[in-house]
Amino acid sequence: MIKIWFKSGSPWIWLNAAAVSICLIMVVGVLGLVALRGAGHFWASPIVQFSYQDDDGQVKDIIGEHVDTTITSALMAKSSGYKLADNEDVLIQYLIKTGNRDLTDADFRWIQERRVKSQAMPADMIVVERREWGNFYGQLTGVKEGNTVIASGESAWEMLQARLKITLALHEQITHLEKIEIGAINYGFEQLRLKQHRLELKNQWNAQTAKEFTDKKSTYDIDYKKYQAQLAELYQKIRRDSLVATTEDGTELVIPLLKVVEVTQPNKMGVFTKIGHYFKKLGEFLSEDPREANMEGGIFPAIFGTIMMVIMMSIIVTPFGVIAAVYLREYAKQGFTTRLIRIAVNNLAGVPSIVYGVFGLGFFVYILGGNIDKLFFPEASPAPVFGTPGLLWASITLALLTLPVVIVSTEEGLARVPKAIREGSLALGATKIETLWRTVLPMASPAMMTGLILAVARAAGEVAPLMLVGVVKLAPTLPLDGNYPFLHLDRKFMHLGFHIYDVGFQSPNVEAARSLVYGTSLLLVLVIIGLNLAAILIRNHLREKYRALEG
Amino acid sequence: MSELNNSMTQSSLNTATTSAYEKWRLLKDAIMHRAVVAGGLSVIFAIVVIFFYLLYVVYPLFLSANAEQVAQYPIPEESVGKTLFLNIEEQNEIAARFTDNGQVIFFEAKTGKTISQRTVLLPPDTKITSIAQGSPVSEGAVIYGLSNGQAVIVKQQYKVAFVGDKRVIAPSLKYPLGETPLVIDDTGAALEKIAFKVGEGSATIVAKTADKIRLTSLEKEQSLFAEEASLTRTDSFLDMPAANITDILVDKEDRNLFLVSDDGSLSFIDISKKDAPEIKQHLNVVDVGQKITSLSFLNGDLSIMIGDSSGLVSQWSLVKDTFNKPAFQRIRAFKVSDKPVISINTEQRRKGFLTVDIDGGMGIYHSTAERELIKEKISDGAPLSTILSPRANALLLQSNDGKIHFWKVDNEHPEVSIKSMWKKVWYESYAKPTYIWQSSSASNDFEPKYSLTPLVFGTLKAAFYAMLVAIPLSLMGAIYTAYFMSPKMRIYAKPSIEIMGALPTVILGFLAGLWLAPFIEENLAGLFALLLVLPMGVMLFAFGVQCLPETMCQKIPEGWDAAMLIPVIMISGWFAFSISIPLETILFHGTLRDWFKTEFGIGYDQRNALVVGIAMGFAVVPTIFSIAEDAIFSVPKHLTVGSLALGATPWQTMIRVVLLTASPGIFSAIMIGFGRAVGETMIVLMATGNTPVMDLSVFQGMRTLAANIAVEMPESEVDSTHYRVLFLAALVLFMFTFVFNTLAEVVRQRLREKYSSL
Repeated sequence: MIKIWFKSGSPWIWLNAAAVSICLIMVVGVLGLVALRGAGHFWASPIVQFSYQDDDGQVKDIIGEHVDTTITSALMAKSSGYKLADNEDVLIQYLIKTGNRDLTDADFRWIQERRVKSQAMPADMIVVERREWGNFYGQLTGVKEGNTVIASGESAWEMLQARLKITLALHEQITHLEKIEIGAINYGFEQLRLKQHRLELKNQWNAQTAKEFTDKKSTYDIDYKKYQAQLAELYQKIRRDSLVATTEDGTELVIPLLKVVEVTQPNKMGVFTKIGHYFKKLGEFLSEDPREANMEGGIFPAIFGTIMMVIMMSIIVTPFGVIAAVYLREYAKQGFTTRLIRIAVNNLAGVPSIVYGVFGLGFFVYILGGNIDKLFFPEASPAPVFGTPGLLWASITLALLTLPVVIVSTEEGLARVPKAIREGSLALGATKIETLWRTVLPMASPAMMTGLILAVARAAGEVAPLMLVGVVKLAPTLPLDGNYPFLHLDRKFMHLGFHIYDVGFQSPNVEAARSLVYGTSLLLVLVIIGLNLAAILIRNHLREKYRALEG
Repeated sequence: MSELNNSMTQSSLNTATTSAYEKWRLLKDAIMHRAVVAGGLSVIFAIVVIFFYLLYVVYPLFLSANAEQVAQYPIPEESVGKTLFLNIEEQNEIAARFTDNGQVIFFEAKTGKTISQRTVLLPPDTKITSIAQGSPVSEGAVIYGLSNGQAVIVKQQYKVAFVGDKRVIAPSLKYPLGETPLVIDDTGAALEKIAFKVGEGSATIVAKTADKIRLTSLEKEQSLFAEEASLTRTDSFLDMPAANITDILVDKEDRNLFLVSDDGSLSFIDISKKDAPEIKQHLNVVDVGQKITSLSFLNGDLSIMIGDSSGLVSQWSLVKDTFNKPAFQRIRAFKVSDKPVISINTEQRRKGFLTVDIDGGMGIYHSTAERELIKEKISDGAPLSTILSPRANALLLQSNDGKIHFWKVDNEHPEVSIKSMWKKVWYESYAKPTYIWQSSSASNDFEPKYSLTPLVFGTLKAAFYAMLVAIPLSLMGAIYTAYFMSPKMRIYAKPSIEIMGALPTVILGFLAGLWLAPFIEENLAGLFALLLVLPMGVMLFAFGVQCLPETMCQKIPEGWDAAMLIPVIMISGWFAFSISIPLETILFHGTLRDWFKTEFGIGYDQRNALVVGIAMGFAVVPTIFSIAEDAIFSVPKHLTVGSLALGATPWQTMIRVVLLTASPGIFSAIMIGFGRAVGETMIVLMATGNTPVMDLSVFQGMRTLAANIAVEMPESEVDSTHYRVLFLAALVLFMFTFVFNTLAEVVRQRLREKYSSL
């Protein structure tokens, strides 16, 4: 029977089916893994207090978030140096995020389950999210104003929240002042310096212009002094309050509220509070600047940079891609040339993206950019303006990279437009371009849209070439701001994909940054899968429409 | 068709009243026509520009050097004395002429105009009997050995200052060990040959008198109270005959001493202990009957270039021999001329050197690349002195016609040759020739090593393991999806798998590096068990379904096998990984990793080819799947229906008819998938350790061409050799994928024609 079964070939078919299932499981698995870990990043985990017997036999308290559990076989554990009793066949270890990096030098700690004497979740545990040194875990003992304790015990929590609110408001004012007002003045100073240098190069620098410049400078100076005074005052106010807390081993620590982003008591939160907190954290993640070498805080500049780059790229790639497709489908005689173009398109699609990066760096940045600098920005020399990686070159490089996507998609759309429509238009006396412009292209526009969406999805996920042509780990300024000319094409920018690579692999404390990277990954995956699904839907819709037209 | 349209529209418009508006319409049509054609052709243009630009950057690597004389002038201050040797400073502005009576004349290198003349403070009534430059030459130290057994050390200094925007270089002489001559031989015998190394307040001097070779080490000691520093000295004699010694070399670490005798032998002496020099080796370095005519350290003082009377220049380097003891060995040789080589000038920053033969024939070579960069006659007869400038971009020589010639040398990228990039190269202080990629080094002494072979090897290794994962999965998946799957499921399954291709590789790389790599490390046995458990589980399930009673069988919808298998596969996967730890404990007494290590000596790297294979396989699956599925799906239906009608089973039809017809499409799918795997950057960058090793083991990492570019490009200096070699790596990648993609596209176009004719 088995022989016959094998002869029928059906087991092979089952194996083939298994391949499809494996692929599907892998897709869902990867998406699920990213979704689970990424979404978990914003959830307020409970703080656990372990009584833990240390190596030297003493029982100590360890406070932190339980992050991970591993199970190792006894043999393996023994070979890596753990002492186990004979009746133990596995070693269970917990990874605890203990925070308090300023005190203990490490954020994380592995503990062995068998040495945990007891564990509890005291309600009064607080998590302090700080601007420096990562999280703090401990118990609140009081709030200070200057050097005097103004609240302690039960009332401390209420007081802390009230004071923190004030401090955060002050902090926002300070950031605004520093970034926008003073940033604009610095930008103005820099522009003046460049302008002066340019005039000097042209030999037009004279007493009159010198006076104009000193006048301008002095107005800037007055503004600057004014803002400085405001800042000093704000700083004085913000430095006033601080909180006092004890750590797991009873050490008392004073944390100035200036350094605090948020204080929570996760063990006291109910489910709904936690959900509320979850969305608050999510909002902060999407809208705030990164802190501590990108390892904490939000990813707003990366999102913004990615969007800017993608928009710039779309503006460049759409016309070229559409024109090439129109040529292939509407103008060229099918033959050697079109064959050659198709081969070229396929090759453009197949060339490794890093090669585009190399080409972009050498050709766009150094040759084009270098010459632009020589011609138009001699005053900035030796600092490069366009002769260094930046938004413009990154966009052009990626436009080249995504060109085939737009061409292939648009061509498919053009092929689906029934011939009768073109012939009808020509018969009515329209020229060829009029026919194209008024009838064919509008009908094919969803296909172009599809191509563009796919191109955007590809560009958003591409990292390798961007590393060479303009992405940096931390950009001090956004490529779009309130300073003339508003859009700064020469600036370097941050990018979601590069953020993942950089924080996940280049940061000093990968373990601490890991959940944040999962968060960024989830965002990127959602954007890209969303874009692709949109493209597929539009394409399917389009096919249906033309089937109807043809029928 | 399009032509027809054009003529139609035009004729109809011509008969109409040609108002300005009509003209404008026609003009617009014509302009747009041209624009569209140009736009279409620009795609070809783009690919051609990429190719030629890469080529344009790479091309200078293979240019040979170029040298031309830019000036010649009479010897400055010829009356003062005869030239012993010449020197030139880094900017090629100022040259110095050392004469046989202790004068130093600084002059402008381009014109020969004297800038200043300095006198070296020599004791009265002595003659200069020997002179030598310290190593490295860039330090500018010179020693004079005198007829009364004394020696004087001077140092040239070129101070660069900026007056306004102008650079001014002021030459001067300095006495690093004081102005008093050093008494080397207390008997007052003339120092016939001399070599030395001077450091900050210390010096090692090796001198040969008529019958002895003496090693003197001086240490300047600044006592707390005395104003004057005192010199403590250690003296020792070498236990070997001195009479026939013709040349002495001391390396810049003053650790090794080399003596050359007139019978063509080289003695290698360890002088790290100054009071007890140890003779390590005597060996013949030239063929019988030949004489050593010139020698010099190669930059870094790790090897010596020896020129002989037959025109052969050989490179000798300290190599660890079979007993792991350092020994001198010839690692390569250059036939530079048929005449004796009278001088060898080595470059001060690279491993290049310049040779001059007795007839005035000059050659520039690079030792590691084994390249002859230039061969030219620079003077009639033997030149008196030649010197290569520190940046190796100028050459100054005094020929025997009594003139000084100033040559410009253009030699940008000598260190790269086809051999040094693709073949095994014997680098200095390596035991044998190897392939190494090491683009930066701690100091100038060690050259960057640009062997692309380990990178290409790594690229192919990564691609190989990725294809090992991707080909079975994607082709089997494609066969099932295109032919056996129910159309309803296909609508969902195909886009789901294709969407995998859209996943950013940076995310796959991140997961592979930070999640998969530790997971596999922990569950290695589970992974291998999975390979066994999975097919067995599927088979068992399939057999079970087969054995179900007829009535139940009919209730199972056709073409949904894949969906039914999902729980089966998940259970087998869970089973495989849950037995991982017990399996390792029982079968391998610990971990599988350790077992491999102890049994086969295979080391385990956490980020290895296995991880890359799985992650990159995952990335390549959608590419191959999508194209192969299309090819199989579009096999004309009448072929399969015919086969089935003739009594073949669906599986026979699949293998014998469908696969055969679609095979070109499948081939092109694999080609494109392979091209993708070769060029993938982020996954390998994140999921391997990026060490350029050549090891086929699946548990070791690798560095690929693409990852290498991503890692090193941002740091490389524009237009340097490193930059151009990285461009070459990009060009190699480009060509590679170009060939594969073009092949795939041509095959696909053929297939499309074939299908349409069927």
